[in-house]
Amino acid sequence: MQNILRIIVVGIFAMLSGTAWAEEFKPAVVYDMGGKFDKSFNEGVYNGIKRFEEETGVKVMDFEVTNETQREQAMQRMAKRGATVILGVGFAQADAINKVAAEHPDKKFAIIDVSWLDQPNLRQYAFKEHEGSYLVGMAAALASKTGKVGFVGGMDIPLIRAFACGYVQGVKKVKADMDVLQNMTGTTPAAWNNPGKGAELAQSQIDRGADVIYQAAGGTGIGVIRAAADAGKFSIGVDSNQNHLAPGSVLTSMLKRVDVAAYETMKDAMSGKFDTGVRSLGLAEDGVGWALDEHNAKLITDDMKAKIEAASADIVAGKITVHDYRSDSSCPN
Amino acid sequence: MMSEFAFQFLLTLDATLRVATPLILCAMAGIFSERSGIIDISLEGKLLMGAFVAATVASLSGSVWLGAICAIASCVVLALIHGFACITHRGNQVVSGLAINMLASGLTVTVGIALFRQGGQTPPLGNTERFRPVEWWFVDALDAIPVIGPIYRELISNHNILVYVALVMVPVTALLLYKTRFGLRLRAVGEVPEAVDSAGVSVTWLRYRAVILTGLFCGLAGAYLSTAQGAGFVREMSAGKGYIALAAVIFGNWRPVPVLLACLLFGFLEAASTRLQGIDIPLIGEAPTQLMLALPYIMTVLLLAGFVGKSTPPTAIGEPYQK
Repeated sequence: MQNILRIIVVGIFAMLSGTAWAEEFKPAVVYDMGGKFDKSFNEGVYNGIKRFEEETGVKVMDFEVTNETQREQAMQRMAKRGATVILGVGFAQADAINKVAAEHPDKKFAIIDVSWLDQPNLRQYAFKEHEGSYLVGMAAALASKTGKVGFVGGMDIPLIRAFACGYVQGVKKVKADMDVLQNMTGTTPAAWNNPGKGAELAQSQIDRGADVIYQAAGGTGIGVIRAAADAGKFSIGVDSNQNHLAPGSVLTSMLKRVDVAAYETMKDAMSGKFDTGVRSLGLAEDGVGWALDEHNAKLITDDMKAKIEAASADIVAGKITVHDYRSDSSCPN
Repeated sequence: MMSEFAFQFLLTLDATLRVATPLILCAMAGIFSERSGIIDISLEGKLLMGAFVAATVASLSGSVWLGAICAIASCVVLALIHGFACITHRGNQVVSGLAINMLASGLTVTVGIALFRQGGQTPPLGNTERFRPVEWWFVDALDAIPVIGPIYRELISNHNILVYVALVMVPVTALLLYKTRFGLRLRAVGEVPEAVDSAGVSVTWLRYRAVILTGLFCGLAGAYLSTAQGAGFVREMSAGKGYIALAAVIFGNWRPVPVLLACLLFGFLEAASTRLQGIDIPLIGEAPTQLMLALPYIMTVLLLAGFVGKSTPPTAIGEPYQK
């Protein structure tokens, strides 16, 4: 009798520990369109995830979305498969994660490039793109010989205006009377994937005298980089390090360290330090920056480097405040 | 100041040619198909597929010409699928075209991810894997001459070969349609296929030849997008150009030369709107970006409503032929 009781008790404990085991840390990430090897945004996230996996030995479940309708399904599926923390990539997943997070209050969620949602179990990452853009704006102004530089944006949304605004402030810091030509590719999401138009916009700016062009336009930006390279002018990459796309012509890249955000999410969730709310990553948090590698080492002189690094330190120290277009929908310059 | 304005205008015309080239090739493709009585809204899908295959083959083989040939082949295959559905099986031509557009949109990205693992893009193409601008003779010699020198340098010389091919294809299309027996029959089969049939000529075979020509021209347009104007494939890079070309076909009343003018007009409006963004216009000030981006479409609507007379499509268009 006692033995049977013992077996039952052990059995109950086994079941309890079984459920406890099921609630073990199980992270998941839903990559957006482009996939985890897109040499850009998603790959940045993947690099952060890879670092986390290598350091902790924990396997992160993932899914690569290939059309709009899959975003919510993918998150639901991850939740059903027992994921305890789910990371969404990019503002396009905002609606999906908002809905799924509300349906699963017991799970943790995080999303990159979103700051406007309100869920008690959701962490949101925003980047101070204007700060990084300020630095590449300085680089552009320092490298320009014609006194004119350009900017090509993708879809005309406040985020891209913030890139442009930070860039203009950086340019004007170096030379107050410098001209900045600005173009937006379009007003629909198709504006992210139109390299032909990107090349034409860049060419039109080159025709008007610009010799450094910064692009924040996704796939459209590939056309900008190509047109600048063909014309023997400079371009500036965005999001990930794009210096390698046209070595010698890409002056530098404005880095958005989504890998930092992805790594931090997983690490915090694992160690129980996961807090929710909006996290804003700027220069001080190493969330944005500019790229210097073997492809552009010859283009960045010591003088340029010193000036940019000084400005970067000033921004971190709070001596320079870069205006964010999104705070009041206007740009001071 | 005036000469600066003139020079900018010249550069805008130069951009017009570059922007209009894929439209011209696609529109000529559309003329063949539509004149034979087959509606072709799949110009867009074929353009996208051509762009993908051209960039993929050029990237893998290193040969831009092989890329262009394979692009043509892939577009001809899509055209034959369209033909098989609409000519042989007398299916709905719009539905079949839509299916091909969806097929191209999905297939290019899926195969692209499988091959290159770069989110559906191809790797950026090097200079040997692309059609590069061709510099004509005497550019430097003529440079000293005012007006003619800059026009020759900017507008006539220094385009890639596909731009010239597109321009040559317009008279070729016109000759084929109006001066050959094949062209006469092609036009007839789009108007009264019964007459062609009773003359003992196969309606099916004629229409198949028309859609094959459509595929051929679309392949060239696709190769232009990814290996001449661009340097690699990006998902959905056709960005509606196929539809604009189709609009140009209707706008130009299914005749090669007016269609060419329509394509150049669309190209010019796009090039001009690009250059007018963010510029202070006298009296108005800086126009909003959205207005400038909408300008080509607004102008198109105005021109269509105001200047183009009644459009007369081929009589038998959209109707499968049944004996």
